[in-house]
Amino acid sequence: MSAVTSKKHARGPVRTAIAIVLLAVLLFPVYWMVNISLQPSGNALSGTFFPTHPSLAGYASAIHDQGHNLVTSLLIAAGTVVLTLVVAAPCAYALAQFRFRWISWALLVILISQMIPGIVIANALYTAYERLGLLDSIPGLIIANSANAIPFGILIMRSFMLGVPPSIVEAARVDGAGLLRAFLSIVVPISRNSMITVGLFAFLFAWSDFIFALTLTTKGQVVPVTLGIYQYLGAHIANWSAVMATAVLASIPAIILLVVAQRYIAAGATGGAVK
Amino acid sequence: MSDTKTLTSATPRTTPAPAPVRSRRSGSRRLEELTKVLFVVPAALAIVALFGYPVVKNVVMGFQDYGLKTFFTGQAPFVGLSNYLAVVSDDVFSKAVVNTALFTLGSIVGQFVIGMLLALFFHRSFPLNGVLRALFLLPWLLPLIVGSAAWRAILEQDSGILNVTLENLGVISTPVPWLTSPQVALVAIILVNVWLGIPFNLTLLYSGLQDIPDELYEAGALDGATGWKAFWSITWPNLRAVVSVVLMLGVIYTLKVLDIILGLTQGGPANATQTIALQSYQRSFVEFKFGQGAALSNILIVISLVFAVIYLRANRRQVDE
Repeated sequence: MSAVTSKKHARGPVRTAIAIVLLAVLLFPVYWMVNISLQPSGNALSGTFFPTHPSLAGYASAIHDQGHNLVTSLLIAAGTVVLTLVVAAPCAYALAQFRFRWISWALLVILISQMIPGIVIANALYTAYERLGLLDSIPGLIIANSANAIPFGILIMRSFMLGVPPSIVEAARVDGAGLLRAFLSIVVPISRNSMITVGLFAFLFAWSDFIFALTLTTKGQVVPVTLGIYQYLGAHIANWSAVMATAVLASIPAIILLVVAQRYIAAGATGGAVK
Repeated sequence: MSDTKTLTSATPRTTPAPAPVRSRRSGSRRLEELTKVLFVVPAALAIVALFGYPVVKNVVMGFQDYGLKTFFTGQAPFVGLSNYLAVVSDDVFSKAVVNTALFTLGSIVGQFVIGMLLALFFHRSFPLNGVLRALFLLPWLLPLIVGSAAWRAILEQDSGILNVTLENLGVISTPVPWLTSPQVALVAIILVNVWLGIPFNLTLLYSGLQDIPDELYEAGALDGATGWKAFWSITWPNLRAVVSVVLMLGVIYTLKVLDIILGLTQGGPANATQTIALQSYQRSFVEFKFGQGAALSNILIVISLVFAVIYLRANRRQVDE
């Protein structure tokens, strides 16, 4: 028995080593992006494996060209987080705790809505936005992006709020709090973790959005950074280090999310799809 | 009705409400019901506006001559099935259908097999397992257009690192035009999409593996089921529901992929990477033939819906179990 366990222990570090190698293979494109972003020569993909003479020239031109677009993306993503939480949280609570008869239908509609292709939404929103004057506007993109985040947010927060004991809300109600106040003062603080998960993902969805950025802007006044990268990628790429520097800058939210909020990601990745 | 039930069950400790409150109660009950509905109204409006309206609008536009002129005159005459006839009879359509099928199949098979192997690997315990597994998520969290840009740099014909490395190793003598040759472009975008999909498959399959009770393996080991035998007799049957969810969601997500193809090839060369979703985009937003774009996206909705039904059934079965 002890021989078996010691053998198992010996295998552990080997597996760790294998995992690191596999990870290195999978993350190579990310490494390569960082490598090229630090290369001094702008226009060629000069292939040294390490940035032996690292230069920030790529970042300088990235910020010069795309700094404004990064701010645009930041505003859109932040707005999407707020809109998603305000709209989805009360609905999630209602679907978790109120005994409406049509709840299973509502959940079905929400599940199916997540499967509608983005191009379908873009087709219709373009014609509507054109009339409403929402093309080329940050609010327009916030609304469109919340299409991705609201159904996801309702499902995640609902599965958490199912576990909120009704008695604590009722206790507040007996003390005279209205339904809305009880929700805001009791349910929201308790559900903080699920709301953080949804907020982080809403941010990431909006930050990463490309289809709406591409279709719902026409004049080049409002250019989220994903669209900026796409324009960089047009036929001839003149300055690879600037393109890759922008790509690195556009990856920062994902990297922060991975480092700071790892446990929330796992909750979001599995909860949205399976539950 | 159900409301009173929760009230009484939840308030056994409090004293009974005094009589005068009672008369006010039916009024406040109605207010209460109204408030409850108000919790749902914003989300309901959002779903109607952002999903209901687009689907209906696309169905209607599919029957209309909805083009650039429409935005000036407001006129979109009904034209029956001519949008559908126009897009289906186009040579590009059959190519797009075949490419969509190949792209979806290739992506799903690649993502699933690699994701499954990685999930099985991470299912064993070793130092740093959690941290390393989390880092595997990175490609999935990056904006798709960022992933596309990185791969553009790698796959670039003349100075991209892939060709340079393959040439140095002597595997190829002339650079492979990964994104510019009709023969290999589809393979290249499938490769990139597999890379993007691995984290999603890994995460869901891993959590499915974690849900299989250890006792099953212990009991199986007594019957001599270890290694591959244990996989086929214990793991696979218990994982089936998760597998079907992963596969169906994978198909639904892959059908609507636009970012990667636009970032890498824009459907070219010579329509070698044209898909139904991309065709829909180009008809609407490049040619401004919204009626034809809508017709194509309706075809896409129908295909997605078929898989959505399969998904929902699999999902329900999983919930029941």
